[in-house]
Amino acid sequence: MAQAQRRAVECGVPEATPFMHPSLVKNKGNWKYHDRPRPGVLHHVAHSGDEVWSVRAGTQRQMDTYTIRTLCDIADKFGEGFVRFTIRSNIEYIVADQKKVDALIAELEKNGFPVGGTGNSMSMVAHTQGWLHCDIPGTDASGVVKSMMDELYHEFKNEEMPNRLHLSTSCCEINCGGQADIAVIIQHTKPPKINHDLVANVCERPAVVARCPVAAIRPALVNGKPSLEVDEKKCICCGACYPPCPPMQINDPEHSKLAIWVGGKNANARGKPQIMKMVASGLPNNAPRWPEVNKVVGDIIKAYKADARPWERLSDWIDRIGWPRFFEKTGLTFTKYLIDDWRGSRANLNASSHVRF
Amino acid sequence: MAKQLHPTPNLDELEKGPWPSFVTGLKRLAKDKDYMVDVLGHLEHSYKTRKGYWKGGTVGVIGYGGGVIPRFTEIKNDKGEAVFKDAAEFHTLRIMPPPGMHYDTATLRKFCDIWDKHGSGLIALHGQSGDIMLQGCTTENVQPAFDAINEMGFDMGGAGPAVRTSMSCVGAARCEQSCFDEAKAHKMVINTFLDDIHRPALPYKFKFKFSGCGNDCMNAIHRADMAVIGTWRDNMRTDNEMGKKWFAKHGMNELVNDVVSRCPTKALQIKDVKDVRKDGHISSVALNDAQCLEIDNKDCVRCMHCVNVMTGALAPGKDKGASILVGGKSHLKIGSLMGTMVVPFMKLDKDEDYEQLVELAQTIIDFFAENALEHERTGEMIERIGLVNFLEGIGLDIDANMVNSPRMNPYVNTGGWDEEVAKIKAKKAAA
Repeated sequence: MAQAQRRAVECGVPEATPFMHPSLVKNKGNWKYHDRPRPGVLHHVAHSGDEVWSVRAGTQRQMDTYTIRTLCDIADKFGEGFVRFTIRSNIEYIVADQKKVDALIAELEKNGFPVGGTGNSMSMVAHTQGWLHCDIPGTDASGVVKSMMDELYHEFKNEEMPNRLHLSTSCCEINCGGQADIAVIIQHTKPPKINHDLVANVCERPAVVARCPVAAIRPALVNGKPSLEVDEKKCICCGACYPPCPPMQINDPEHSKLAIWVGGKNANARGKPQIMKMVASGLPNNAPRWPEVNKVVGDIIKAYKADARPWERLSDWIDRIGWPRFFEKTGLTFTKYLIDDWRGSRANLNASSHVRF
Repeated sequence: MAKQLHPTPNLDELEKGPWPSFVTGLKRLAKDKDYMVDVLGHLEHSYKTRKGYWKGGTVGVIGYGGGVIPRFTEIKNDKGEAVFKDAAEFHTLRIMPPPGMHYDTATLRKFCDIWDKHGSGLIALHGQSGDIMLQGCTTENVQPAFDAINEMGFDMGGAGPAVRTSMSCVGAARCEQSCFDEAKAHKMVINTFLDDIHRPALPYKFKFKFSGCGNDCMNAIHRADMAVIGTWRDNMRTDNEMGKKWFAKHGMNELVNDVVSRCPTKALQIKDVKDVRKDGHISSVALNDAQCLEIDNKDCVRCMHCVNVMTGALAPGKDKGASILVGGKSHLKIGSLMGTMVVPFMKLDKDEDYEQLVELAQTIIDFFAENALEHERTGEMIERIGLVNFLEGIGLDIDANMVNSPRMNPYVNTGGWDEEVAKIKAKKAAA
């Protein structure tokens, strides 16, 4: 006889207070300022005079329980038992005693967790699931990010950038990684390959037809079976049909390429938030370390670091120097594919005599 | 001891280099678990063939319709059997973290214990929607794993066409720039929609995100259907001592190049102390005994740049609340959309203010549920029906803060103009 089934307690989002460092609870809403004594450390001062130091370290995000327990051991032995995570999967140790900071940093580094990611550094790459867990991925996520962070390790641990630098990766054009100063996103270059034997049983055909941004999909009878067909001249290879209809395979080991986007910005600081722009495509999906992608990302970062002024995000820098010089300085090639022809695209064209010579 | 590892020459490459390696973590788990031995084999196969091999399905817990991301292997042999049989099922449980993602170590250790017992031992902190992602569980173990997590006081997050797990910044807990209680707003709003989280029945996903100031650390304007962004109405606060300290350290060149000239609305000027305007909307901070930085708060758009550079010397005002933007989303299907301003300022101080926020969220969700097409995000719906129809539908008054500029074409029938003017004037007079 099976046990009575337990009904979920629909408790929702838990109250944060019990999980917060006592100094944060005490001074909530009453902080005065912060500074950064060194890369990876934030020092916050409250109106009450209380101070806390937050030591930030990078993690692999996809963590095994041994790693999480190691992070907890460090918090219990060298911190004060409280941590938090940032949106970019960095861990922060919060201590009210400055004397603990150096030992905490040493212990984190000893265990392989780089301390950094604050201020004008390059933070951890926001990323997705990829081949490890996603049902529609064109590439991996954790692996791409690991190879990138190895290359850019120095930039995480030091604050040498003009302003903060945020990266993201996405394994399909849905772009779960989100807007970033530099984003790496799958860009398919061939229409989906349709397994007509499966479509009728697996796919809700009208829903798939409706999903296509360019109305390239229509119902069709193929080999006597109800299926779907794609007008390949119209198809923009976005892959939107693949999630609702897995027999429309869009991923291809060779023809699913990687594109690089730049200048996304979520903050309202200075200019308004910016949607990122594609600047390169056609890069091979070259597991396990994606050297071609890392080369382009590295070149963009090098040019930005050398040329941008203090507080310029990547988009601010491009606003100043202009797109022709961006392509010149990064060594990338401006091609016809980068001239927008999607809806509202004329607003992206230069309707002025403004040219930098 | 688990079974022998499959050869993983590709993944082995990802154990090299200084950044923490997830592969090393997976291998550590594979010492004890056949499950992870096969997950590694499965992933290596993807690396070798450059394709993904997980398909979705239907797995859940009793009483809920979402929150579990089911994954079944598609790597099969000729007989249709799973090649990596111990990793044939690899489901994820999405669990909502505390606002601000704070943890004591006892809580994290409990998650580890539960996941070692029922799952693979792999946990992502955190997913792109903000979930604690417990990755890798068999169908059979999903329920007992969730039961144990639920006993801890944690609940399942959203998936599918549902209200999704939310994120809020560290905010008031540790940031001087916070303009409201982000954790309180987060918890109150999300816990109003538990039914819409746990039983997906909306046209498509709906995301809330909460950022305490215009720096928008939660990327809410772009990533949320409803973004709550902290702001203030009164003058910026200033601290002369800290202003002088900042100036002594950084000097005039940095002040001009990094602060004054980067103000997007030219609201900052350097003045001799005696020349500072006396109007009520002017604030100033001392640089030395003779000079100060003057801020015209009527011109300021609360972008946060100067506050970021001169933290402590400059700070948000005291009359705080939030701006609300609606309709952010990523690429598919019509292209990336930023959210649109629909409430320039909502005071967030007392409990009733927060209740008003919840009420607005409820109104927007109701409108979305009734009017969006299947698989249409809020931003796409607004683009289809127009902002004015959306505002009328949810009962918000129009405001010139909602546009970059007024209309640039004549293609509208303005026959009702006088009536509209009279209506707006009457409303203003009554307020």
